[in-house]
Amino acid sequence: MDEHSANIVDLTHIEKTFGAVRALAGVDLMVSRGECVGLVGHNGAGKSTLMNILAGTLAADAGEISIGGKPQKHYSVAQAHKLGVRCVFQELSLCPNLTVAENARVLHPSIAGWGWRKQAGRLIREKLDAIFPDHGISTDSMVGDLPIGKRQMIEVARAFTVTKESVRLVILDEPTSSLDSHRAGQLLAHVRRAITDGGACVLISHLLGEILEYTDRIVVMRDGKVVAADRAAAFSRDRLVTTMGATAAGRTGRADAGTVARGSTPVRVRAQPVRQSDGFELVAHQGEIVGLAGLAGHGQTDLLLTIFKAAARRTAGVKISDPVALIAGDRQSDGIFPLWSIAENIGIRSIKNLRRGRLISPDLETRFAESWRDKIKILTPDLRNNILSLSGGNQQKALFARALGSEARIVLMDDPMRGVDIGTKLEVYELIRSEARAGRTFLWYTTEMEELQNCDHVYVFRNGRIVADLRRDELSEEKVIQSSFEEAIHS
Amino acid sequence: MNSLLRRLLSQPWVWSYLGALLVWLAAIVFTHGYGAGGMISAGLALAVFSVITGVAQMFVITLGPGNVDLSLPANIGLASAVAMKVMGGSDSLIALGLGAALVSGIGIGVGNYLLIWLLRIPPIIATLSASFIIQSIGISYGRGLQIKPPPGFAEFTTVQLAGVPLLAIGTVVLTLGFAVLLHRTIYGRSVLAIGQNPRAAWLAGIAVERTRCFTYLLSGALGGICGALLAGYFRGSSLDIGDEYLLASIALVVIGGTSVSGGKANVTGLWGAGLFLVLLLTMLNTFGVSAGIRYVVTGLVIIGVIVAAGGEKAR
Repeated sequence: MDEHSANIVDLTHIEKTFGAVRALAGVDLMVSRGECVGLVGHNGAGKSTLMNILAGTLAADAGEISIGGKPQKHYSVAQAHKLGVRCVFQELSLCPNLTVAENARVLHPSIAGWGWRKQAGRLIREKLDAIFPDHGISTDSMVGDLPIGKRQMIEVARAFTVTKESVRLVILDEPTSSLDSHRAGQLLAHVRRAITDGGACVLISHLLGEILEYTDRIVVMRDGKVVAADRAAAFSRDRLVTTMGATAAGRTGRADAGTVARGSTPVRVRAQPVRQSDGFELVAHQGEIVGLAGLAGHGQTDLLLTIFKAAARRTAGVKISDPVALIAGDRQSDGIFPLWSIAENIGIRSIKNLRRGRLISPDLETRFAESWRDKIKILTPDLRNNILSLSGGNQQKALFARALGSEARIVLMDDPMRGVDIGTKLEVYELIRSEARAGRTFLWYTTEMEELQNCDHVYVFRNGRIVADLRRDELSEEKVIQSSFEEAIHS
Repeated sequence: MNSLLRRLLSQPWVWSYLGALLVWLAAIVFTHGYGAGGMISAGLALAVFSVITGVAQMFVITLGPGNVDLSLPANIGLASAVAMKVMGGSDSLIALGLGAALVSGIGIGVGNYLLIWLLRIPPIIATLSASFIIQSIGISYGRGLQIKPPPGFAEFTTVQLAGVPLLAIGTVVLTLGFAVLLHRTIYGRSVLAIGQNPRAAWLAGIAVERTRCFTYLLSGALGGICGALLAGYFRGSSLDIGDEYLLASIALVVIGGTSVSGGKANVTGLWGAGLFLVLLLTMLNTFGVSAGIRYVVTGLVIIGVIVAAGGEKAR
């Protein structure tokens, strides 16, 4: 291998089609040594497909791949790994039934013999310590028992671990989507450190701030093509959004303040976290969007699940007045039915109303899904296609359709915008706001400040308890961060 | 026409019917056409019992990894004894006897589910241990006596309409009903959803435990009915009358195109697979093969089907 070649990756005219969908229509991508390339575009623009080809998990229909200046004839996952190409995908790829250490070993066949678990554990722990100080992850824990944020941290750290083959290029596909801003900052700082040592990185993110701040060069994709590629400094947020072709360019997604005075509508949800000892509780009124903020994994999801359970069975500390639906953020383990069509996945929550007599009517089911495809713009040629034929963001839209199409008057959202592009986000914010105006109540756990801006009221969580209760006019990023890190004093 | 053929070939159940046809042809080529019709008629009559147990096992297996009803043979044995004892050889008590078999089966389903739900025992262990308990109950209840069915009931299980066993016609209608139950009712959709991802099913508002409970009850009930019918067909109850239906029910589910890992089921294929297995044994019998070889061949067929089905998934 030519160690002095400036370009680590050269992709020329890559094409890929899935059935009738043309995912990539001749894409060129170049990554040079010591560079972090940001890759942005809408859901379904082809970013993930391109990265799968670069990682060797998908074969290109046409085009050339050259790594380190060497053209690759039979490119595969094993070959990619040998050449030092590592990736962290949107769909987390750790084995849930193995421990953290065992998962680290999977990537490193050279760790063998007595004490391999210890070696692997040390390897991954050192990386975790380096990237995410105070991560609090034990290498003996079963991955399936960890919350999604921790799993993502492990996945990222594992991609940077080195035994025999050196790491030359790390592909990060939405690496921060399940991390809070604190952890995301640590990761991106680590990426900058890693590339100064001669590595390179491709970063896919829908958080344009991250892309603008941490990358050297930005490549914008749209409809399976590269539509712009330039130095990061040459882009602004507005220029990025316009180049991507967002429907609502330049909007921040902030709602008009003070639409409903709190307390003027009936209470829909009253819930107290299990560990709350001071009588503080979460209250949501009809037509309100209530945010659950704080660092990832500080009890927000737990409270949402408690409320969800209370819909089926009386639960101490929780009072709800109406049916509840939940939109999962971890769509692989909590949302999608992988053997079903898009229409079946959308209809399942409302199946009672899609019957003629006692039997489910496929006709009603299709029409129901069609109306939601148009309303929420799910990109697919046919709703009878398998749900996995959709890109990640469009799968998430199907989950939104499932919940919003149901009779539920209370909608719980468990950080549902992971891996959703900015255009879609703005559309969904609008949809949520109009549903709230129509009387629905939303409980929205999110780690992104921008999403909290859409809320009428925000509760900040820390260590499983509510530590701050902010009205919309009190809400600021500083306040949220401050409450997330130290014990808040509330009167 | 071509696309119709391709769609037909993409159905997972087609292969079981093709297999049944092939085995039948091989058998009649060997006998030079002698007994071709009789073979099908006898095949249908015998396939009825494995299809009924196959439906039961299919619903349970579709609930997802780890779900299987190993108590079916013991259930069938006990139900056959209960049915015959209640009927007591009298035609007027047939309905009561069938009802008693059904109750016995449902009771076993309830027991299975309680073990799984209350004690959180994996279904494979729960139903296996349940079957030991059922067997002991059967032994003390029947005292090993073989009780004869009422003449009317025995007649009913063997009567034919134009060469087609009445029982087979009834079971076809029954399986059509179960196909509707699986694909077009909330219960069926719930089973398929739970088999793919129980957590996602729960979060999508599906009554997971109720569905699971009903499925084990259904399996128990079908086992009970099957036991009563078998006792009529074979002219007497016995505790080991259901022994071959553990392997048969699982084999039918697999060969019929139902996913062993859950979430995807196929009722149509059960009949193809049932006929295939029965005709396979008939063919081996006409070839004059020993019982040992018959078991080996059946085993190899099941392994072959699982390998072929698994290969399709990996593609």
